[in-house]
Amino acid sequence: MNELVKRSVSEHSAALQSGVYSAKELTKAYLDAIDETDGTIGAYISLYPEEALAAAAAVDEKRAKGESLSPLAGIPAGIKDNICTRGMRTTCASKMLENYVPPYDADVIERLKQSDYILLGKLNMDEFAMGSSCENSALKLTRNPADTSRVPGGSSGGSAAAVAAYEAAYTLGSDTGGSIRQPASFCGVVGMKPTYGSVSRYGLVAFASSLDQIGPLTRTVQDNALVLNAICGHDKRDATSLARQHADFTARIGQEVKGLRIGMPKEFFGDGISAEVKTAVENAAKLYEKMGAAIEEVSMPSIPHALSAYYIISSAEASSNLARFDGIRYGYRAKEFDGITDLYLKSRSEGFGAEVKRRIMLGTFALSSGYYDAYYKKAQQVRSLVTADFNRVFETCDVILSPVAPTPAYKLGEKSADPLEMYMGDAYSVPVNIAGVPALSLPCGKTEAGLPVGCQLIGKVFSEPLLYQVGAALESARKERM
Amino acid sequence: MQYYKGYEMVIGLEVHVELNTETKIFCSCPTTFGAAPNTHVCPVCMGLPGTLPVLNQKVVEYAVKAGLATNCEIARYSKEDRKNYFYPDLPKAYQISQYDLPLCEHGWLEIETENGAKKIGITRIHIEEDAGKLVHDDEHGTMIDCNRCGVPLIEIVSEPDIRSAEEAEGYMRKLRATILYTGVSDCKMNEGSMRCDVNLSVRKVGETTFGTRTEMKNLNSFRFVVKAIEYEYKRQVDALEKGEKIVQETRRFDPDTGKTYTMRTKEDANDYRYFPDPDLPPIILTDEQIEAFRAEIPELPDTRKAKYVKTYGLAAYDSEVITADRAMADWFEAVAAETAYPKIAANMLISDLMRLIESESFDCPISPQSMAKLCDLFGHEVINSSTAKKLLSRMWKDGIDPEETVKAENLAQINDDAVIEEAVRAAAEANPKSVADYKKGKTAAAKAIVGQVMKALGGRANPVKLSEITEKVLSEE
Repeated sequence: MNELVKRSVSEHSAALQSGVYSAKELTKAYLDAIDETDGTIGAYISLYPEEALAAAAAVDEKRAKGESLSPLAGIPAGIKDNICTRGMRTTCASKMLENYVPPYDADVIERLKQSDYILLGKLNMDEFAMGSSCENSALKLTRNPADTSRVPGGSSGGSAAAVAAYEAAYTLGSDTGGSIRQPASFCGVVGMKPTYGSVSRYGLVAFASSLDQIGPLTRTVQDNALVLNAICGHDKRDATSLARQHADFTARIGQEVKGLRIGMPKEFFGDGISAEVKTAVENAAKLYEKMGAAIEEVSMPSIPHALSAYYIISSAEASSNLARFDGIRYGYRAKEFDGITDLYLKSRSEGFGAEVKRRIMLGTFALSSGYYDAYYKKAQQVRSLVTADFNRVFETCDVILSPVAPTPAYKLGEKSADPLEMYMGDAYSVPVNIAGVPALSLPCGKTEAGLPVGCQLIGKVFSEPLLYQVGAALESARKERM
Repeated sequence: MQYYKGYEMVIGLEVHVELNTETKIFCSCPTTFGAAPNTHVCPVCMGLPGTLPVLNQKVVEYAVKAGLATNCEIARYSKEDRKNYFYPDLPKAYQISQYDLPLCEHGWLEIETENGAKKIGITRIHIEEDAGKLVHDDEHGTMIDCNRCGVPLIEIVSEPDIRSAEEAEGYMRKLRATILYTGVSDCKMNEGSMRCDVNLSVRKVGETTFGTRTEMKNLNSFRFVVKAIEYEYKRQVDALEKGEKIVQETRRFDPDTGKTYTMRTKEDANDYRYFPDPDLPPIILTDEQIEAFRAEIPELPDTRKAKYVKTYGLAAYDSEVITADRAMADWFEAVAAETAYPKIAANMLISDLMRLIESESFDCPISPQSMAKLCDLFGHEVINSSTAKKLLSRMWKDGIDPEETVKAENLAQINDDAVIEEAVRAAAEANPKSVADYKKGKTAAAKAIVGQVMKALGGRANPVKLSEITEKVLSEE
């Protein structure tokens, strides 16, 4: 493998600017890496090598003319396959959209295009982002680069695996209940779930609209902040997008964490957490203490209820969001049917996978007349409690440190037969989406078997610069120790 | 109101009105009617994966204006909800509407009935998006035109205060007039920009509880509303009289047969699974915004109506008819400003001019100035009513000036008693039989003489004088 691909986005940016290598050479290196590795890893659903090389050549030309370019110009990326790319199929890893080609670009794609990014291809995921292992993809099996007998996590499993396997300089994923942070943790990379409303959802195929958020996956904290700089911003096409000028997300990186108060809610370290994960996160806490931060145990009593509330709210919204896939205008349509109702029934029964159907049924039930108050309304009340708990903790703490997931990456097939066990794995990641706050997932250790373990830094809304600062401090402290 | 077999009907109307904003409710596609299929569409109104709705603020403004004009309370906080159901004309498989927190509530409109003025309550007005249209043809089967997807609508739900087909029509006309005045919709029933669902139940006169109701959907003319109500009223009464039960159901009115037919019963009704649309933040309105909208609403039909009764001495019913159309009322007021006889103008407008107008909206080629001249000629007894009617129809067709024509064609009324009497005597002499009949007590025979005289005088005799003089002459001998 060409060692070039192992460099960070920041290193690429500097090297491209000073002409050490060209965007074309760099793109070629990543395409070669994909050729070499992706047969085993299976991160990509679609690849666009010719388009990527042509785009890279165009960037090199611009640079040769002396045009001033974005830090991301000429750097190759992969995009989760639920983010719409004009003229390039966007499948959501579903048979339903296997051949669907959107006629427009998502807001984040428009922004990356303005930054002269290079699109290598579209990345595998759990079908419609529903899942935590990438095993719910109807189109592809993705393996964890750290141990190919294990899952990469999900739903942005392809996005995390591609970054970990050097098959892209960075990728975009989406996070509804941990879908960026958990695979980042399983694959040993950095993933950010930004504040709800800070990155436009326009062009992200909706799973649960009140929770979905796009974010970057990278190999370093600095890279992550650079990518978020490029994709964050107000979009008038998304009514939930916040009209706000964002800060430079790299601004606080390098500042020391001395004096910061870091809370560790005991509810994130309860039953079901693996000893190795617990130890790795506690080691991170010790490093922070050494750097002069204050570690405090705090309590968030609503956290145990967040998971149930999450599965009600996200499934309810999904049942409505996915209703448009009816076989009428685009997407999968059953070959044979008898009348319109049969067309709906067969197209949806055949086009959706088991997990998607399970959630549609769960959500449909929760919204049904007579059950709404007991489920959906109650779940919204829990949502308020969780938000209140976060607000209360942030009165005394600057950030929260917690595990991302209770376990490291598990074996392929290990949990796929038991949906409830799979759902339990989301217990530490979903409260963040429920409250709409940002959270950064970054490596904090390894298990004895060498599997990556990630920790999660949660902050109040718009605290991304602080999270990057605190994350970068841990990243460099760990590097020094090694 | 004549009760059929001792039953009264109880009616509530749900009226959908298309708002005439330039762009759709959640995207910037145009809303114009009649474009080639699927040319006024974009990824958003087609509900393509990943697209999001953004509320057009004009829709809120227009709906609030409709609410203010119908005496509603305007919500400072309301929200949009998803109404989930599958149908090929609904690209997202949910309609964005408003469920428990509508924009406007607790309004009313006043209508004229045979027993005087009556208030009809308005439960609520909410905003929602329209669906597309299915087009069937033999060659291609069923096709979908999405041009109408996302066209903004308001749904105006009345209280069950209506007790007859006439009241229903009166309410519809009043609602249409009121909304036309605000300018937020063109309310063209033939283009579907105003359509009506009728909820109807019956009960024995004097009972206070409601019977089981049926709903008749998408009636798109006043006539159909009346016919559907008349038929459904009798059908329900007859069914009850036969000992049958009314089934709660949706029925379709067939204009060809004039009957209603079962579409679907309550059992196969959808559970719409309403929930707040997470893509759309709540709609917050301040007192200042609402007052600014109120300030932009022009004088409404009821205000004008009261003015006509008070200032011009018109009957309440006539005022209601004239104010039903803003353009007509504007025209009438322009005439009234120039003539000393506004009541004559109102009468001619209602009994003669309205018959000439064929389109749904008032479109009159006669200038108010010209109409005022005609009213003055008639009011000052320069011309008689039959001349006035003839002139009016020529003003409509040929645009003649009434004053000039009266002069040029010598149409002025003959008011000279001597001239009239001479003509009467001549006619009496020529018609001895009529004279004899009159003397035998057949007073109607005088009419024949009057007719003869009118004919002889070119229709110009003062009709009051003519009949007085005729009676006098016939009684003499």
